[in-house]
Amino acid sequence: MRDVAVIGVGETEFGELWDRSFRDLGIEAGLKAIQDAKIASEEIDAVYIGNMSAGKFIDQEHVSALVADYAGLADMHLPTVRVEGGGACGAIALLQARLAIASGMYDIVVVGGAEKMTDVGDVQAAEILSSTADQEWESVFGATFAGLYAMMARRHMHEYGTTREQLASVAVKNHKNGALNPEAQFQKEITLDAVLNSPMVAEPLGLFDCAPLSDGAAAVVLCAADKARKFTDTPILFKGSGQASDFLALHDRRDLCTMDATVVAGKRALAEAKLEPKDIQVAEVHDNFTITEILAIEDLRFVEKGKGGPATLDGVTALNGKFSINTSGGLKARGQPVGATGVAQAVEIVKQLRNEAGKRQVVGARRGLTHTLGGTGATAVVHIFERGD
Amino acid sequence: MNAGIVSYGGYIPRFRITPQMIGAVWGADGEAMGRGLNIKSKSVPGPDEDVITISVEAARACMAKVDIDPTEIGAIYVGSESHPYAVKPTATIVAEAIGSAPVMTAADFEFACKAGTAAVQATMGLTLSKMMKYGLAIGSDTSQGAPGDALEYSASAGGAAMLIGTDHVIAEIAHTVSYTTDTPDFWRREGQRYPSHGGRFTGEPAYFKHVLACANLLFKRAGSKPEDYDYAVFHQPNGKFPVRAAKQLEFKDVQIDTGLCVRDIGNTYSAAILVGLAAILDEADPGDRIFAVGYGSGAGSDGFDITVTDQIKKINRHATHTIKQQIADHVFVDYATYAKYRGKILLREA
Repeated sequence: MRDVAVIGVGETEFGELWDRSFRDLGIEAGLKAIQDAKIASEEIDAVYIGNMSAGKFIDQEHVSALVADYAGLADMHLPTVRVEGGGACGAIALLQARLAIASGMYDIVVVGGAEKMTDVGDVQAAEILSSTADQEWESVFGATFAGLYAMMARRHMHEYGTTREQLASVAVKNHKNGALNPEAQFQKEITLDAVLNSPMVAEPLGLFDCAPLSDGAAAVVLCAADKARKFTDTPILFKGSGQASDFLALHDRRDLCTMDATVVAGKRALAEAKLEPKDIQVAEVHDNFTITEILAIEDLRFVEKGKGGPATLDGVTALNGKFSINTSGGLKARGQPVGATGVAQAVEIVKQLRNEAGKRQVVGARRGLTHTLGGTGATAVVHIFERGD
Repeated sequence: MNAGIVSYGGYIPRFRITPQMIGAVWGADGEAMGRGLNIKSKSVPGPDEDVITISVEAARACMAKVDIDPTEIGAIYVGSESHPYAVKPTATIVAEAIGSAPVMTAADFEFACKAGTAAVQATMGLTLSKMMKYGLAIGSDTSQGAPGDALEYSASAGGAAMLIGTDHVIAEIAHTVSYTTDTPDFWRREGQRYPSHGGRFTGEPAYFKHVLACANLLFKRAGSKPEDYDYAVFHQPNGKFPVRAAKQLEFKDVQIDTGLCVRDIGNTYSAAILVGLAAILDEADPGDRIFAVGYGSGAGSDGFDITVTDQIKKINRHATHTIKQQIADHVFVDYATYAKYRGKILLREA
């Protein structure tokens, strides 16, 4: 299998971008990535798109061809692929594109992720998000996404003594990081009290324990590693990737406090990379709710099971802490345009490893990890990247 | 020659409910809601009140201040988004009630919260062109907010009438400008009981974009600056938006305080800016200059540059209760009473 490198990244700002369409966002991110990679459009072999639900959010399916068309690539007749996997779709698109290059079929692939979520009302958007849970066994009985994650949080509190303050400290940290990211939806720090006193969404998760609905897009250009030097002095290499699935419905899972899909995907990625968690300096992990980040850092073995809450409160995962987690602000503060998530996480890690993350730069970052979830954890994808110079 | 306001009158129902009372029913922090909206209470129409009765009250308050034969009114336009009939005008009932019918024209206007100012502009044109001597423009609403929705904390009731003409003018309208786009931030379809709204979308791309653009057009047209005005009044869907708009335009608190009635009576929709204007006219002196910019969702803003004349001393401004007196004269009701008055309780069919 050939090694694969990231040679270009691009992203839009995330937020309620009322004056910009799905197309506008996809094009902006894609063109930025292509410019960053300094490739000509004739050099592109294929386009992969992560998108969760354009059909429901903007009534548009077949976004793979659409994105290539509006990027000015229609007359090249490129193969275009749209990947769906709940919130993990962008990360899966990355993996599929990596495999396509590794196989030798393509040399250069553009991977985009995009979602336009604010063309529908808040209630409808929440329903669309919940459609990645089990419609027959969860949603139909009234379980919302926040409600399902609240059950995980409640159980984690019961099993490990995790407190609301510890959950809230995830939001405080990620807002602090988001304040350093000019593309983030929320560039404002918040206090622990503000999180604790925010209106209750699903006990014990308040409003500020939840990531927002967002519009946004991100893109990366992948290239066969042996050809990457032609385009950049600092190619960022895929060192390992792991994807895993689990029972779709939360109640069928082995343990409410562990996402087995994350555990397995993480092990697979680390095994391929021949690394241990301690070898990673910076990670973007799925934090659609504060509890999700705590589960992620435990399941990825950055901290011991049950210790995610105290570790976060103690600053272990703060910027330039032992592990710098969600330096972009994460889904919580950077924003959560679902289809863009996995790709946007990779964009952040690439910026960190290239030493281009500005005020939120992790000192000496050499290896980074992304972790992306679909649904309530029925899909997990982990990628590990390393500076290739 | 300019058209202007010949007389004015406002009406606010007596009943009030607090955000705390509403929040308590829906498990929400009503106090925080009220603080966020800068609303202490909102008016509630009584069980026998609707846009017709409120419009009639406002029209009568307007006519009571002056000695003008109502048959000299050539047009009555009532702007509202809560006309009691889908088909059958409110304006004809007002015309009959104040004795203007039948040699005149009447119609109902709708443009969310700016139908009242649209009626002012229409009657300005009709009187400036000498098609008629006076026109009566009314903005009036018993606005709908779905139970439990954020709108319920502000949606209230009230009305104001402006008699427009070119002689005996108490406040001259030297300039009026409008700014209109198709921006669906708030809407209610035929047959729907409650409106829908775009949440935060009603702020920046809707209210602020139109109000600020219209205000800047008005400054340009009038060749004026904020400090040239004694009063400023804006559409007031809550107590926060107009204060922020005023600040961005560099008006001072003292200029907007008199017309900012929303804090006590909530959002009276089509009446909101006209009630604010009436409150200003209740106390303004000759020579005072007023900057007024309304807003209606959907969306548009109408702006007016108004100067009070000596004539204001010659009308009987105390013929009926002033806006300030009506605000002070109130009775608080609980949510159950409010629900009954607003027809939210299902009753046995007759």
